[in-house]
Amino acid sequence: MSNAVSALEKTSFEGFAKVSETGLRGMITLRGDLSSKPVKDAVIASTGAEVPDVRRMSRGSIGDVAWMSPDELLIVCDYRAANEVVTTLLAALDGAHALAVNVSDARAVFRIEGDGAREVLAKVAPVDLSTEGFQPDDFRRTRIAQVAAAFWMNSDDSFEVVCFRSVAQYVFDVLKVSAQEGGEVGFL
Amino acid sequence: MLTLQCPYCGVDAEETELHAEGEAHLKRFGPGSSDDEFETYLFMRENPKGVHFERWRHSNGCGKFFHAARSTTTLEVFGTYSAQTYEPPQDIKDKISAKYPGWSWRDFS
Amino acid sequence: MSTRLANGGRLLNKGKQLHFTFNGKQMTGFEGDTLASALLANDQMMMGRSFKYHRPRGVVASGAEEPNALVNLGTGGKFEPNQRATTTELFDGLTSTSQNHWPSLEFDVGAINNYMTRFFPAGFYYKTFMFPAFAWKHVFEPIVRQSAGLGQVPKDRDADTYEHFYAYVDVVIVGGGIAGLQAARAAGASGAKVLLMEQTPHWGGRAPVDGGEVNGKPVADHIADLVAELEAMDNVTMRTRMMGAGVYDHGYVLGYERVNDHTPMNAGPRHRLWRIRTKQIVTATGAIERPLSFAGNDIPGVMLASAVRDYVVDYGVSSGDRTVVVTNNDDAYRTAIALKNAGLEVPVILDARAMGGGALVDEARAMGIRVENGKGIAKVKGGKRVTGVAICMQAGEGAAVEEIACDAVAMSGGWSPVVHLWSHCGGKLIWDEDQAHFRPDAGRAPTNQDGVGFVIPAGSANGPLDLAAVAADAHEAGKAAAKAAGLKATRKAAPKAGEEPEQAMEPVWMMPQGAGPELRIKSWLDYQNDVKVSDVRLAAQEGYESVEHTKRYTTLGMATDQGKLSNINGLATLAGQLNAPIPAVGTTTFRPPYTPISMGSIAGEARDEVFQPLRRTPIHQYHEDQKAFFEPVGQWRRPYCFPKAGESHADAVKREINQTRASVGLLDASTLGKIIVKGTDAGKFVDMLYTNMMSNLKPGKCRYGLMCSENGFLSDDGVVARIDEETFLCHTTTGGAERIHGWMEDWLQCEWWDWKVFTANVTEQFAQIAVVGPNARKVIEKLGGDMDVSKEGLAFMEWKDGKIGDFDARAYRISFSGELSYEIAVPASQGRAFWDALMEAGAEFNIMPYGTEALHVMRAEKGFIMIGDETDGTIIPQDLGLNWAISKKKEDFLGKRAQLRDHMTDPNRWKLVGLKTVDGSVIPDGSYAIADGDNANGQRNTQGRVTSTYYSPTLDCGIAMGLVHNGPDRMGEVIEFNKVDGSTVKAEICDPVFYDEDGEKQNV
Repeated sequence: MSNAVSALEKTSFEGFAKVSETGLRGMITLRGDLSSKPVKDAVIASTGAEVPDVRRMSRGSIGDVAWMSPDELLIVCDYRAANEVVTTLLAALDGAHALAVNVSDARAVFRIEGDGAREVLAKVAPVDLSTEGFQPDDFRRTRIAQVAAAFWMNSDDSFEVVCFRSVAQYVFDVLKVSAQEGGEVGFL
Repeated sequence: MLTLQCPYCGVDAEETELHAEGEAHLKRFGPGSSDDEFETYLFMRENPKGVHFERWRHSNGCGKFFHAARSTTTLEVFGTYSAQTYEPPQDIKDKISAKYPGWSWRDFS
Repeated sequence: MSTRLANGGRLLNKGKQLHFTFNGKQMTGFEGDTLASALLANDQMMMGRSFKYHRPRGVVASGAEEPNALVNLGTGGKFEPNQRATTTELFDGLTSTSQNHWPSLEFDVGAINNYMTRFFPAGFYYKTFMFPAFAWKHVFEPIVRQSAGLGQVPKDRDADTYEHFYAYVDVVIVGGGIAGLQAARAAGASGAKVLLMEQTPHWGGRAPVDGGEVNGKPVADHIADLVAELEAMDNVTMRTRMMGAGVYDHGYVLGYERVNDHTPMNAGPRHRLWRIRTKQIVTATGAIERPLSFAGNDIPGVMLASAVRDYVVDYGVSSGDRTVVVTNNDDAYRTAIALKNAGLEVPVILDARAMGGGALVDEARAMGIRVENGKGIAKVKGGKRVTGVAICMQAGEGAAVEEIACDAVAMSGGWSPVVHLWSHCGGKLIWDEDQAHFRPDAGRAPTNQDGVGFVIPAGSANGPLDLAAVAADAHEAGKAAAKAAGLKATRKAAPKAGEEPEQAMEPVWMMPQGAGPELRIKSWLDYQNDVKVSDVRLAAQEGYESVEHTKRYTTLGMATDQGKLSNINGLATLAGQLNAPIPAVGTTTFRPPYTPISMGSIAGEARDEVFQPLRRTPIHQYHEDQKAFFEPVGQWRRPYCFPKAGESHADAVKREINQTRASVGLLDASTLGKIIVKGTDAGKFVDMLYTNMMSNLKPGKCRYGLMCSENGFLSDDGVVARIDEETFLCHTTTGGAERIHGWMEDWLQCEWWDWKVFTANVTEQFAQIAVVGPNARKVIEKLGGDMDVSKEGLAFMEWKDGKIGDFDARAYRISFSGELSYEIAVPASQGRAFWDALMEAGAEFNIMPYGTEALHVMRAEKGFIMIGDETDGTIIPQDLGLNWAISKKKEDFLGKRAQLRDHMTDPNRWKLVGLKTVDGSVIPDGSYAIADGDNANGQRNTQGRVTSTYYSPTLDCGIAMGLVHNGPDRMGEVIEFNKVDGSTVKAEICDPVFYDEDGEKQNV
């Protein structure tokens, strides 16, 4: 554990918005029937958060929970807490048909901050990132340029992007081009 | 470039988020089936000018497979629906009938 | 001469002088100039030479339709050819050169073609380059290559950056002229989210040049009011320097924004390609004036009447001192009036119409301008510049009735709506007899995903040409767009413009009407591609009746301007020759983009380092630091070998294999796919996926398995580990992880959706390292931890969780090399640390990393197949002698039924064998085993082929695996494989397991 390093070890770039790798984050894939009581209870028990609505993120004391698909959630928590969240989940699921697995190391997370944060993403993702189209706690799986990714919004000028660890450098480099000085669009 | 609404996550996804997965409503034939049945399952496909039913996957999205009914000529989309069904829902069939009276596709009409 | 006037130039900032060069010559202009207006101001009318005949060519137009004034811009990494001077904004330090001439613009050797025009008719290339066959390669192609092309090809890397931008709106309005502004106001007032784009840097289009009044104010003031009103609307975005490049299915629009073309010193992207999804599109793209077809209409100084007017009013530039105006409509009189008002001479207006004219005609006459009705130009005099015109009767055959000296000709053949964006996605056109142009057929708009029209033409792009009709039409279009986008249409009043009655134009497709061959061969239709009236007539005579065929035969409309000026005149000429009505001939297809857009903008950010995603393992940096030679495997880069200084790749591979077989080696196997399959039906599911029985695998054990497609063909392979009663971990090939995960989800979501199974792709959660070789156990044991990795503690084909050193590890006793081998997975974030720990612990055993080539050779020595080498999508497991991995007990698995088809059970299918060369050499990749005789095509018969072939350091000879007819029954037989040089190499058929046949080494 002491040897654990994130893909880009918190590299950052300052353009018209700031792009930085956040370091290791806890992430758990939970697959199950999201409307079932055991899954709902297990999510609350392990994170303090409710099962979110479609394409939303709900916040909890231990972890935040994002809607990935009709039978999949992504729990985001402190890196060191991930194994314990899985343990709590499995205990609370108590044999219900579900799959919970720690995927923290399979991912890289970037934060995009600043006035132009929406536009940095709108250059590389086919998503309506206008204020009407995307709000805090909205969550979207899509692509960033040529790779699969997901992002959510913390506040109006802060997004977090999650992608696979192997393409961390690619996503960071793409976001750097996107956030380059002089690239402000002035549309969003 | 098409947009299709994913019936699972509700996103109006453009084609770059999607992956085409071939013809819809194929019936699988396995061991015990006749050569003709198996050939039909593996190789025989519709190639219509007009109404068509397809499978798509929201691959750069929620990952779910779904069905789409559309026109291959006008690219009008009559609807998208669950992958977990053996035939298109009635409301989509009605919508097609309004546009293409008397249409048929394999066993559907 | 052309020159800068003392007055006028509404777009100029005369307080700011700019310096630029043309063909090395220093020139000056003003802020607000285009390169074309600045060149004219410097009396540089001739701006290039034509493509085919190298004729001197001057600027014709003032906007995007310009066919002639194409220049090379910039130098080095900013060099770009074929840029229109008319749309290039002047900036300080701009450098430009003219194109398509040698050695100079003034004196061009290629102009000899001009005197050969008789010998270069339409279809010349098709007719000439047919025979003899050798001549194309040795004679024609070198000549054509030398003389072809307009601009030069850039030689340096593009120094600029580019980007895309995704935008979602209700209404896109293309064109910021009076119509676009008016439509935007109506749509914006309805509350729609509007994006208004204009390709030039200015709002208002040509209305301020043409004049008139709206709502009782001069049109220029009205435009200023509109712009201010729109700027105050939060729901309206206005962008200049942004062209509507294309309209595509389902409301997709490309907007091409030239962010920094005019400010190349600024930071940021040069171009931005907007990828817009909109509910409705309003095409307020205006109209383009048509040239007239008369002899010498391409001589520098012959220009569109509207362009002559634009240069005077917008840029304070005269195109000539004495300008003859020639027209078939009233609009061109505005040019004569503007020139006269600027103090320039208009010796005569030649009006092809026999009778009268509207208010503008009266105004011109009142100013004392001579107007000649029923007259036209027989021919233009001059070479590199107009010197005069010969006047004739339009109704006649071109006998000159008078010659008039002049240095410019302003021509107008009427106006054609810009219907490109309307047509891109299938909008249909109708022929308007009165205006003699094609305009959008509003009832047949392109339709979107809901089956309803999503493009609405507005203003002159829709047909009307006078200000009052344009403004009213655009207001309605904006309302209609908002309504179609689901909003409530505005109640704001439509603008009211003063009417200026104009007399109808009369179509003139040839001037004079009865022009003979001598005149027709000098009457240009397509300036850029040098297509003349005579060429189109010839095409028709030779049987090219379809406009699409004529286009390709003559190259009419095929140049970079895509025939913006030439198309209507060309097809009217074709229709005339065919004796068919124009609408029956129709138009060629309008395809995006409207004008050429940069390749950089299409690529967007995807260049250099981020051209393609490159996947890196957690240990990638080590490989980079060791200067590994990488090979692409899917999007991964895997080390092929780790050459030491001065070592060849072959030597490195040999060393890595010898070291691994003798002691211990490390392989970064992180790229292998790892998919969790969990649920009460997981056993049933993996039994369907794999050809083998998997459900009876015991927790703690591993089993090698094969996956087939429903065609029965081998698709992927890998080791399955059973984690617990409900959970399997399926390893896939490196390239197969995403595909196989999708394959699993496909069956679970679409066929067996009632089965209780979930999957998760955890490939990247782990760094996986293979520790391979007789000393592998010693290295792992040296790290310590609580895991018992002894022969008894972790037997071959078992897995176990535990601590190795400080690391949480899962170790699999599996081997792809035939050696004692552990594949150890640790969390990806600790992968590099674990690798370093292994390297340190293995130092005393001279541990070294090995790459994919050593992996390949070692597996071939063991006779293990590789997906993609032994398989190619047509191979079933039975071909590879893998029957042991195909369950006979299972009723069904994916591919089982297909493997029962008669072609699959044919005993004549080629089967896998080992091959050992007799002389020890290596069989070339891709070799076929030759058989006696030839086939029907005269090709040598074959009896097999090589699938993997290597030099084996372990056996010190060439070994191979291959598929051979009846191979397994022919052990010991020697067969021949072909080589590239035509000779053959002999190889003995043998068992594919070359090394440790009994598997003792891996099981220690």
